[in-house]
Amino acid sequence: MATTMQPPDIAATPDLTAGGAIALELRALSLWYGPRQALDAVSFGVPARKITALIGPSASGKSSLLRCLNRLNDELPECRFEGEVRVGGANLYAKDVIVHEIRRRIGMVFQKPNPFPLSVYENVAYGLRLSGMKARRELDASVEAALKAARLWDEVSARLDDSALVLSLGQQQRLVIARALAVGPEILLMDEPASALDPAATLRFEELLHAPAQRYTVLLVTHTMQQAARGADYTAFLHQGRLVEFGDTDVLLTNPRERLTEDYITGRYA
Amino acid sequence: MDPLHLSQHISRQFNSEIEDVRRQVLAMGGLVEEQIAAALGMLLDRDAARGTEIREREREVNAAELAIDERCAYILARRQPAASDLRLVLAVVKMLADLERIGDEAKRIAKLAERLVGEEGGTDVTASLAELGTLARGQLRGALDAFARLDENLALDLMRRDRQLDEVYTALFSVLVERMQHAPAQIPVELDRLWCARSFERIGDRCKNLCEYVLYLVRGKDVRHSGLAKTDAREE
Repeated sequence: MATTMQPPDIAATPDLTAGGAIALELRALSLWYGPRQALDAVSFGVPARKITALIGPSASGKSSLLRCLNRLNDELPECRFEGEVRVGGANLYAKDVIVHEIRRRIGMVFQKPNPFPLSVYENVAYGLRLSGMKARRELDASVEAALKAARLWDEVSARLDDSALVLSLGQQQRLVIARALAVGPEILLMDEPASALDPAATLRFEELLHAPAQRYTVLLVTHTMQQAARGADYTAFLHQGRLVEFGDTDVLLTNPRERLTEDYITGRYA
Repeated sequence: MDPLHLSQHISRQFNSEIEDVRRQVLAMGGLVEEQIAAALGMLLDRDAARGTEIREREREVNAAELAIDERCAYILARRQPAASDLRLVLAVVKMLADLERIGDEAKRIAKLAERLVGEEGGTDVTASLAELGTLARGQLRGALDAFARLDENLALDLMRRDRQLDEVYTALFSVLVERMQHAPAQIPVELDRLWCARSFERIGDRCKNLCEYVLYLVRGKDVRHSGLAKTDAREE
């Protein structure tokens, strides 16, 4: 199946957070970039309103998998895809799916904070305006709520009109989260979101993950085992494009089922 | 022998830290075993002089406990171990406490043996105490072997063998109670013998704990309080 994705009807699917325990279901997901296969029949369910970490060595397919879930691979030439991704029962790659609507419902946070070159306020208000919100009072309230949810409000409330680019990296990353949260996503995909942050900013960021996790489903790619250990309810281990093991983080980190997982998490992987 | 691949980390430094901890635990176990052997010798040979040896060993055992505990804390803080490495550190920390207590029991037996040096009679009791002590010492040696080789079958076997120690203890207990009933004036002496027997029996129990930690380390499952039958019927 080629990735010629078009309009979705995913907005019409039931509320993901109200339904069953699985927010995103991957069924035999395979992905190729030209001749190179990046994912090989990956199947698992991402539990709703929980934090799931994706771990694995470089080139194991973690970021490719995340990009599939936000349909970011659509624009890549020579990208080929097989299998299914189901969100709240609907196929993410169905022909009638509207991609920008998917991206509203499934937000993405990247490794490096990427605030727009706008004010702090406008960064958060941007998506809200796109989705049709115009009344200043409503915008003000939503921006404040999103910044509070991202634990940034106390630090920026007095300088909402300052450029977002003068914020620290940690603040920028939380601003990007506020921007994603403002439009009310059900799922947040995060690609090594704390890798550019210092330890204190990382902890602040992880603290923030826990609060939204009760309302949002988070799927987090991380290189640091400790981040998965500290923050994730579930962990999936990918190796060479295949899912080796998926399970409760506590079990996976103390008594993994697979030798490959054990070798990776204990630093025996070469 | 390394069924858990404990020495195959990418970091050689980590390999040597893990290996050091295992070696130190075995060395500490060896000291404790010497304490038991000396205490047993005091009982059998009526040789009070070996009490000094046991007290010296105790200082070494205590120092080893502190040193290994500290190493484990460093490994937890610096390496943040996972899976079998984490289980090893947790198992070692628990083993230290049991080993140290086994040493305490040996010291207790030595003190009682000092008091019993001049007492006559009770050859059959001494023979039973010798049997108990030999069994207890064998259990400790076996538990240390099981840890060294990460041998779950040996650990299970030793846990079963603890019943034998319990049986000898129970039989000896009855004999001693009977002797106290027949010669009340000898009650203090018989009580000392009973406390010796009790200490050997407790050493057996602590060795069983050591075996449980070995099983936890190898299998990744905590078998404490689960009963030997369930432990035997390994879940897959």
